[in-house]
Amino acid sequence: MSQVIHHDEHYDAEGSKIGMWLFIFTELLLFGGLFIIYSVYRFSNQDAFHLAAEELNRTVGTINTIILLVSSMTIAMSTSALQKKQKKTTLALLGVTLLLGLVFLVNKYFEWGTKFEHGIFPGSQYMLDHLSQGEILFFGLYFVMTGLHALHIIVGMVVIGFAYAGVRSGRVNADRAALLENSGLYWHLVDLIWIFLFPLFYLIH
Amino acid sequence: MQASSHIPHDVSYLDYKGKHKGLLAWILSTDHKRIALLYMFSMMTLFLVGVLLGLAMKLELIAPGKTIMGAQDYNAVFTVHGVIMIFMIVVPGLPAVFGNFLLPIMIGAKDVAFPKLNLFSWYVYIAGAILVIISVLFGDGSPDTGWTFYAPYSFKTGTNMLPAIFGAFVLGFSSILTGLNFIVTIHRLRAPGMSWTKMPLFPWTIYGTAWIQLLATPVVGITLVLVSLERIFGIGVFDPALGGDPILYQHLFWIYSHPAVYIMILPAMGAISEVIPTFSQKHIFGYKAIVASTLAIAFVGYFVWGHHMFTSGMSGTAQYTFSILTFLVAIPSAIKVFNWISTMYKGSISLETPFYWAASFIFVFMIGGLSGLVLGALATDVYVHDTAFVVAHFHFIVFGGVGFAFFAAIHYWFPKMFGRMYDTTWANVGWIVFFIGFLALYSPMFYLGLQGMPRRYYDYLEQFHAANILSTLGSWVMTFGLAIVLINLFRSAKSGPIAGANPWNGKTLEWTVPSPPPVENFEEIPVYGEKDGPYEY
Repeated sequence: MSQVIHHDEHYDAEGSKIGMWLFIFTELLLFGGLFIIYSVYRFSNQDAFHLAAEELNRTVGTINTIILLVSSMTIAMSTSALQKKQKKTTLALLGVTLLLGLVFLVNKYFEWGTKFEHGIFPGSQYMLDHLSQGEILFFGLYFVMTGLHALHIIVGMVVIGFAYAGVRSGRVNADRAALLENSGLYWHLVDLIWIFLFPLFYLIH
Repeated sequence: MQASSHIPHDVSYLDYKGKHKGLLAWILSTDHKRIALLYMFSMMTLFLVGVLLGLAMKLELIAPGKTIMGAQDYNAVFTVHGVIMIFMIVVPGLPAVFGNFLLPIMIGAKDVAFPKLNLFSWYVYIAGAILVIISVLFGDGSPDTGWTFYAPYSFKTGTNMLPAIFGAFVLGFSSILTGLNFIVTIHRLRAPGMSWTKMPLFPWTIYGTAWIQLLATPVVGITLVLVSLERIFGIGVFDPALGGDPILYQHLFWIYSHPAVYIMILPAMGAISEVIPTFSQKHIFGYKAIVASTLAIAFVGYFVWGHHMFTSGMSGTAQYTFSILTFLVAIPSAIKVFNWISTMYKGSISLETPFYWAASFIFVFMIGGLSGLVLGALATDVYVHDTAFVVAHFHFIVFGGVGFAFFAAIHYWFPKMFGRMYDTTWANVGWIVFFIGFLALYSPMFYLGLQGMPRRYYDYLEQFHAANILSTLGSWVMTFGLAIVLINLFRSAKSGPIAGANPWNGKTLEWTVPSPPPVENFEEIPVYGEKDGPYEY
């Protein structure tokens, strides 16, 4: 006699949210390692870090900060819109979020491009000839940390892309919103890390 | 994906026919039990490679001078041996194999919280393993830095480091995902009525381990990324020529890699905490003390990394702080040993193979642990640092501790996993041969280290010859024992006598389901009543 048991597909919104928070912990620790390195070298090369920070374009940095903050707002609004079952608004807000992420990357691209033109990039002969060790460290960290952050922006956009597709097809809806909420959490994390990177590189003098 | 499916309850996970056939039925399965076996077989293969490399090193050291390989080959062999054994075997070992197989069953769940993520973790693991293998087979020579990838050598050496470093990073990612999965599983899927204080001890140690995997691994992840970027672009953070500090690499590396030692040993302790009450037929002594000491080890383990660097250059304050903290870890470890011994006291002990492995685990773990205190003390550490003493200590803990616990666990849960019993005579013979070989292999290294023989050299002075011969002979005896154990298990998995659901009279939940367990583990999710508990004999 074959006993048969009914097997419902496992869906645990609370569980996936815990999972996402745990993953966010790991991301914080990943950047935590970099923040430790930054503080150690800032402490031992204060003047050089001061000098090097002047090279960065604060205007672009500020614009990018505003862009990310607004995008965090739009994705939070999209979650509320989904709860209110306004599918079109949700999709529009997600689209805006994606667009803002893209604008951030474009700005970053031109910012890095200018640095490259001036001969400032890891391993460049110009840096070895003209900059002090502290300044080299500053730019090394600048490229690693903003680069890793940009990578997270791209990953975040991919995740949001999945959420967008999910909402459009109806798989993600008011009752099964975990994917959208988790992409929102991730996007806020990416935003939060930038909130720390911005003052560390652009503002502190 | 189907919204629901019908899976018969009287078909075991081994015989279940899903929509895929043959190998695909395994490598596309999200069943935690099949994934556990995927891990087990991939690890077993890699483990044998690691063993062969270890044998090659011991053979080289049978006599002074060049025996079978020169300095560069020896460097490559101990590096690859270390990378395979650490990142692919002992770190993921018990959680990925026994954690995957037993954690859901022991807490009364049908599977882990994220089954697809679980399968994905295995693929990530395989990807990491392949990367390391690529670094050995292709490029300009195998990695030769040691498994620690110390800067600045790791970005200066001409050998094929990048795939190995990236492989270690990828393996870490797999470890993080497994840890994340287990934490959510334990929080969300415990059977109704199974409060935290009624959870068996193996899941408890998996829980402690999962937190370390989650919180420590990212730090080594970013460190390995940085050392790779240093190698590719020259960003300067670890390069003294550009103002960077190589000591900082060591700090960041050990912030992960010391807790990683507890990733290895905690689940081993958990397995031992299951084996001993079962074969003493007695309630575990000091359940809460064992749980508390598990969490204490996981916590304190974060703050002791500096003891790897006493000779690297650190302030005196930092040195004795790390030394004191290191000594603190000995306390919860000792609490566990006392609890295991007390559990045996006045129990009705049955001398079965898992019990032999567990008892010898306690023995080698104590030697390993106490020799660790020699290394944790500042004065003696300076003397034995980077000698064979460290190798002996490390292998007593990591191979003696984790390895013996792994074999205790496999002999304990084997009838559950495969539904068959192994030949106990051969299993016992294998154990005693292995145990004798193990002691002969590693004990002489304590002596050699105290006499001043450095580690990681293919050559040594004539005065160290006798003890090295004993050690090499030991490596052969141990491998012979290992062969007996493995052949016995493989044969029994196919043709051993059928084992019942509960051959050892265990009281934890995995013994309430048939052997091997059905696909969904439980026909009905068990409910823990007021008086139920995992060790109520």
